[in-house]
Amino acid sequence: MSETKPPLDPNLKALESEAIHIFREVAAEFERPVMLYSVGKDSSVLLHLARKAFYPGKIPFPLVHVDTGWKFAEMIAFRDRMVAEFDLDLIAHTNPRGKLENVSPFSHGSSVYTNIMKTEALRQALDAGQYDAAFGGARRDEEASRAKERIYSFRTPDHRWDPRNQRPELWSVYNGMIRKGESVRAFPLSNWTEVDIWRYIQAENIPIVPLYLAAERPVVERDGMLILAEDKRLELLPGEVKRDETIRFRTLGCFPLTGAIRSNATTLDDIINELETATVSERQGRAIDRDEAGSMEKKKREGYF
Amino acid sequence: MTANAEIAVEAGAGIAPVSRNARPLRLITCGSVDDGKSTLIGRLLWDTKAVKEDQADALERDNRNNQNELGLPDFALLLDGLQAEREQGITIDVAYRYFSTDRRSFIVADTPGHEQYTRNMATGASTADLAVLLVDARAGILEQTRRHATIATLMGIRQFVLAVNKIDLIDYDEATFDHITAEFRQFALSLGVTDVTAIPMSALLGENVVHPETSSMPWYSGPALIEVLELATQRTAQTVGFRFPVQRVSRPNESFRGYQGTVAGGSVKPGDSVVILPAGTVANVKQIVTFDLVRNAAVAGDAITLVLDRHVDVARGDMIASIDAAPAVGRAFEAKLVALSAEGITAGKRYWLKSSSRRQRVRVQPKTKLDLTTGQWEGSENLPLNAIGTVHLDFDEAAMFDPYETNRNTGAFILIDPDTNNTVAGGMTVARTTSIDGIDGGAERNHVLLSLPEDLADRLMASEAYASLRDHIEIRRTSGAQAAAILHELEGD
Repeated sequence: MSETKPPLDPNLKALESEAIHIFREVAAEFERPVMLYSVGKDSSVLLHLARKAFYPGKIPFPLVHVDTGWKFAEMIAFRDRMVAEFDLDLIAHTNPRGKLENVSPFSHGSSVYTNIMKTEALRQALDAGQYDAAFGGARRDEEASRAKERIYSFRTPDHRWDPRNQRPELWSVYNGMIRKGESVRAFPLSNWTEVDIWRYIQAENIPIVPLYLAAERPVVERDGMLILAEDKRLELLPGEVKRDETIRFRTLGCFPLTGAIRSNATTLDDIINELETATVSERQGRAIDRDEAGSMEKKKREGYF
Repeated sequence: MTANAEIAVEAGAGIAPVSRNARPLRLITCGSVDDGKSTLIGRLLWDTKAVKEDQADALERDNRNNQNELGLPDFALLLDGLQAEREQGITIDVAYRYFSTDRRSFIVADTPGHEQYTRNMATGASTADLAVLLVDARAGILEQTRRHATIATLMGIRQFVLAVNKIDLIDYDEATFDHITAEFRQFALSLGVTDVTAIPMSALLGENVVHPETSSMPWYSGPALIEVLELATQRTAQTVGFRFPVQRVSRPNESFRGYQGTVAGGSVKPGDSVVILPAGTVANVKQIVTFDLVRNAAVAGDAITLVLDRHVDVARGDMIASIDAAPAVGRAFEAKLVALSAEGITAGKRYWLKSSSRRQRVRVQPKTKLDLTTGQWEGSENLPLNAIGTVHLDFDEAAMFDPYETNRNTGAFILIDPDTNNTVAGGMTVARTTSIDGIDGGAERNHVLLSLPEDLADRLMASEAYASLRDHIEIRRTSGAQAAAILHELEGD
């Protein structure tokens, strides 16, 4: 860490301190915490905060990455670089049933695919490790049902979320009492907005997957989304044309389900400027949110993050 | 990535950057069911551009008939994120909203107006710096307005905005506005609240929310809501005594032992003398460690790692405090409670109490209950759901608190039902008291002394399990030879 780094502004400092507090509280109260690492920008911030929270010690829990097999290649390369650089204990898990049955977003549709390769895979990974607390990078400003999520979000033994029966959460006093088999999802970034994430990445010099920055990349247009056309498994449909465009991603998930935006934002400053004048939300590029109204809530009830 | 210094310079020279130079202001909005609360929040989000086009489009997809007469989306739908809420057209839970202006960012706790959801209001108010109370200009101050103001005050809020909404529906009548304002100010005074800003507004039309409106209300020269929010003060725990609840003991190697936590009051610097509570051990601060650098001071709100100058027994749940202004330590306290669960609070029942990082057993004896319509505290043996009351707390072992009025962090607690693990009450400490006879009558205490190798001792002392058994187990760090000597000594007892 550079000694000349300017101090964080009070807004980011308050958000950082709150997140560190949550990390420490969960690590102290639970027997087997784990951190869900999705390789995206929020996960990058989460990882950075975890390192800060436990310094000078190491992060006292493993990371789990639910690898659907359909992530952007650059994400996997970045993940492996982070594991090596920060000496992380990372468990990558892919749903063996999905792998066996060749479940793909093309053959099964985004809804079935997400259910098997993300929700079910996550449940498998959490069960396998018998984790009683799982950190996630979800933010309340992302989506309507997440606005109601607690910082300690209680889950039944089969990982279900009951939005109508959540524990009241007052002050910053968190209730970590659970029975065997039950668990909590803990969200240190609950109160962060998308702009906060980027301002913090900039202030702290946090490494991110380069796909967030604009560059000329091959794309095809499908269902109103710009899909990255780098992976050989992407078969062009009749009438589709691959062309190079200057694009970037606001969120990163599975490449067939994540739309790029046309953008010239090649630096963090550009991204922040772009966001402050943006007229669409960040999840606009996510196909899985658009299936139906309340679809995120439904997925969350079933155990999705 | 570009160096940070360069980025800062570029940002200063580029398009006017958003400079949010304070931590987010937290506010709560409250009002009765039809006072237009969701419309107000929707309007705030819309006029500060926190709502994006695709979110507005999704609303239209959900229900094409729900546009208001201005052709804007139905703001209430924007806020009620859960399916059940959309179906019933009501807000059933606290939701948090985020918006910002060039001067500040804001977190709004959006809470339900229905009486049966008072507990959600208390939840939202627990972290808020300011409350916006909505009243319908046609209806004036209602019982629910008084209830909400009372709850907000109990939870420690001292700044109020009285939003006299739907002013357009009474033809912008100044006399009515003045009458409502005067009535509320008088009521607020009875609660001890003097900081009230009254604003005539139409949330639907966007008048005096974000944009000031003068043409229809030439008689009003005060601020629009957003200006009040931008200038509001934030509660700070920086002027009180130093408080540091220990969350974890960090022992990454033989040469480092640090205590991790968030400063919950006052400030600290190397060299300060501190006391470790409840034990009462004394030490000096040697170092304040963070990931970025070793710091020469830390203030309330900072998450740090504290290193002391000597080897003392410090575990999770302990509090490190300034030696000359320590919190009250005792076995019995007086507190106010908000009952949050359907079962209510039962006289004499034993609960878990969690305050900061400390969790311990407590017996709760309700004494009075607040009648929210009259403002009177009446004798009561139990507290049903949504009731506010005073209680007597009796602990099995020493507890540490500040009065909630002095320090929100170290005066607040929750009660957890050991049968269900649910959070059943939020509490605010008033003062330390003497113990009720018979409950804590100096019963003989079981005491176990564990002498363990240093590493094991540290791990055990950092655990939650140990924190709750603190009075029963004493841990000593030893070498093998010392352990043998202690064993010998014990056998001799």
